[in-house]
Amino acid sequence: MLTILFDGIAYGMLLFVLACGLAVTLGLMNFVNLAHGAFAMAGGYITAVLMNRMGVPFLATLPLAFIGPAILGLVLERTLYKRLYTRSHLDQVLFSIGLVFMAVAAIDYSFGSQQQLIQLPSWLQGRVDILGVQVGLYRSFIIVICGALVVALQLILTKTRFGSRLRAAVDDPRVARGLGINVSLIFATTFAFGSGLAGLGGALGAEILGLDPTFPLKFMIYFLIVVTVGGTTSITGPFLASLLLGIADVAGKYYVPSVGAFVIYTLMIVVLVLRPQGLFERAR
Amino acid sequence: MSTNIADHVRSSLVRRGRWGIGEILFWLIAAATLYFLPERHLILNEIAIIGLFALSLDLILGYAGIVSLGHAAFFGLGAYTAGILARDGLADPLLGLGAAAIAAAILGFVTSFLVLRGSDLTKLMVTLGVALVLGEIANQASWLTGGADGLQGITMGPILGLFEFDIFGTTAYAYSLTVTFLLFIVARRIVVSPYGLSLRSIRDNPLKARAVGIPVNRRLVAVYTLAAAYAGVAGALLAQTTQFVSLDVLAFHRSADVMLVLVIGGVGYLYGGLIGAIVFKVLQDVISAWTPQYWQFWIGLILVIIVLAGRERLTERVRTLWKGVAGRTAKSPETLPKTSTREV
Amino acid sequence: MTIALETKGLVKRFGGLVATDNVSFKLEHGARHALIGPNGAGKTTFINLLTGVIKPTAGQIFLEGQEITGLRPELRVQRGLARTFQINQLFPAMTPLETIGLAVSERLGGGRDWWRVTGSKREIIDEIVEIAQRFRLTDVLDERTSNLAYGKQRLLEIAVAFACRPRVLLLDEPAAGVPEAERHELLATVAALPRDVSVLLIEHDMDLVFSFADRISVLVNGALFTEGTVEEVSTDPRVRAVYLGESVDE
Ligand SMILES: Nc1ncnc2c1ncn2[C@@H]1O[C@H](COP(=O)(O)OP(=O)(O)OP(=O)(O)O)[C@@H](O)[C@H]1O
Ligand SMILES: [Mg+2]
Repeated sequence: MLTILFDGIAYGMLLFVLACGLAVTLGLMNFVNLAHGAFAMAGGYITAVLMNRMGVPFLATLPLAFIGPAILGLVLERTLYKRLYTRSHLDQVLFSIGLVFMAVAAIDYSFGSQQQLIQLPSWLQGRVDILGVQVGLYRSFIIVICGALVVALQLILTKTRFGSRLRAAVDDPRVARGLGINVSLIFATTFAFGSGLAGLGGALGAEILGLDPTFPLKFMIYFLIVVTVGGTTSITGPFLASLLLGIADVAGKYYVPSVGAFVIYTLMIVVLVLRPQGLFERAR
Repeated sequence: MSTNIADHVRSSLVRRGRWGIGEILFWLIAAATLYFLPERHLILNEIAIIGLFALSLDLILGYAGIVSLGHAAFFGLGAYTAGILARDGLADPLLGLGAAAIAAAILGFVTSFLVLRGSDLTKLMVTLGVALVLGEIANQASWLTGGADGLQGITMGPILGLFEFDIFGTTAYAYSLTVTFLLFIVARRIVVSPYGLSLRSIRDNPLKARAVGIPVNRRLVAVYTLAAAYAGVAGALLAQTTQFVSLDVLAFHRSADVMLVLVIGGVGYLYGGLIGAIVFKVLQDVISAWTPQYWQFWIGLILVIIVLAGRERLTERVRTLWKGVAGRTAKSPETLPKTSTREV
Repeated sequence: MTIALETKGLVKRFGGLVATDNVSFKLEHGARHALIGPNGAGKTTFINLLTGVIKPTAGQIFLEGQEITGLRPELRVQRGLARTFQINQLFPAMTPLETIGLAVSERLGGGRDWWRVTGSKREIIDEIVEIAQRFRLTDVLDERTSNLAYGKQRLLEIAVAFACRPRVLLLDEPAAGVPEAERHELLATVAALPRDVSVLLIEHDMDLVFSFADRISVLVNGALFTEGTVEEVSTDPRVRAVYLGESVDE
């Protein structure tokens, strides 16, 4: 029981790191980026390729799994995405689906369609028994890393100058511009950072979520659930939503495998219809 | 003087209802392919089906402004309904078609209430969710649907008891084309009717539509239900003419593809779906011959380019071109509205 | 005279802000009534409450004696309550002809008609022509609405509301933004509407108000401040003070 809860939390934390960039893009730029998962996939493949082909140790690949997608995100934001901020959601969706399709096919072309396996270092393998609860070492590792990231994000958002500008920009970009805040710079930085986090999440999650070219499509719906259920005006909303989703998904697959994802999708629809602002948001 | 204006008013209004030469030619050519392109009937059949599917999306997106990423839900439901009926011995195609339309319409009616409110994003998510739920159901209920193996053992009877399906797809194509044409006529009638006009007004400005007394929700429910039925028929046609149904009919890429098809052809003038289907299938044929696995890459690229180049402007151009060809002079081309108006 | 439209104790709160403060108001049959008040007084909010765009926090609304407080907006229109918007709310991609035709055919029950081509009914055509002429729109009937001159758009806004054949017409600053020269003409068109249509006009331009209205209500901070004939209100020093932004002791 507790093991499932534990796994669920690890899974949820991972989802949060994967999806929080999307929450910010949506909240800040009102942009529906269905291609967010492609950045996560990029991070995963960077780690997999570095480890399997070049023998780089797992931990050493993680910074690159962050930086690579971040740079990719920055470039794409500056060249393509920024043209679409003022467009309709439909256009944004079409555009980002296009990107997903391209990414999927490109990865398939370069690395084949098989699952990428990564060999975790031995100190991260196995389980230990803590107070009678079976705890996976790797999952503990994920919880620690992701937990640290969550705290760091929260601190950045609430304590730094950048954070307050970001929040101002989310609240009302026009007013923020009037206050002399360089909104477009904030957009680019945040987009890059969010893509980087997704990449890191993809790398960390390769072992748990699996990694193959269809990754962005498979997990797109999970990311979307996190942001639509969690709302986009804070990071606590998506965080809670991620945990909830993670635990529900793990528990669901364990206890009622035949019901599967059905429940989650249905719950998502119910939440969307009853609370279009998100579950944890006060209606504005 | 006022009779002059009255005549002018009438002719301006009814002009939209009249068939242009281009339109008639379009359908004549489609019919002619029955004789002149016998070796292409399989792919033409697919084009007719996808065209009908995209037409149904156009009804809700182009005329009512409802965005959907889950239109495959209705397509898939129609396909499974027709497929299961045929597998279980009810082999009459028209019966299957009717049942599929009704099943999809019921689902459309029920789920329409979910897309009445909320932003575009909410609608996209809800429609996507509905399709996912349905896909999950079809996957789990393998005793009924065959699950991941697909629905096997469909045998169709002759259409109207007269025309047997043949291996060249000629009967299939004739059947799909006829159904698509008939449903097209109905759709065309609808969009130039007062009801169709009220849909366009809702799409442009729902707040104002209410202010002139239009029961917005009821109109949207009606068109969503109708479009669902259309999509169900398209799905049924696919099931009947290919005699196979797999989970693929409910997959996300179906919903995305049909959106792409419509976007290629242009939203909001009914022919967009049909033209898009032709372009899409021909492209697929050409690209697949060249690089079969990575067809998806090129679809993606096309989508990205279309959006970057300004989808609405492109649509405008295609439509103007079409109107030029069709020989009609109706003014006031429509564009899709951005996310709807709020300020009161 | 009978009462066309009445509110009793109408209240609307937006969070802490009381935008409509216990407004009890009567619009008489056939009236030419003006509602004035400083910016942000809650005039548009009042109209939105009357037409059902937003729901009141408390209070009741009656149209010709029947309560309509909970009625959906479109049903209020069908009962004869139409309005224009302060900021143009039109169908940019449709022509004035289609816009007016829409309202007319909708009222005559045509909106459920999905088989006949729009414009195949004589009565609809005649009415479109009548309205187009009344509002001087005949020369632009086939233009795209978004291409119309602003003054024409304003006229169309009123024409559409009038096409609903309202018993009560609510006009939210119809002349706002219209060039000085066209304003009086526009208001004259409104004044020339059939006398059995009761009109409530919101307007900042006092000249227009005084020439148009027979009664005036003043709204301040969401509450009815005073009400009376043009004479009474125009000479009321407190009203002047409100408009000059001075505080007044009641
Ligand atoms: N939807 C809303 N949510 C919150 N506050 C609102 C809303 N609509 C209006 N308000 C507030 O209610 C008050 C009254 O606004 P309203 O638009 O009714 O004023 P008005 O009298 O029409 O002003 P104007 O002359 O500028 O048109 C304002 O303070 C406004 O900010
Ligand atoms: Mg106002």
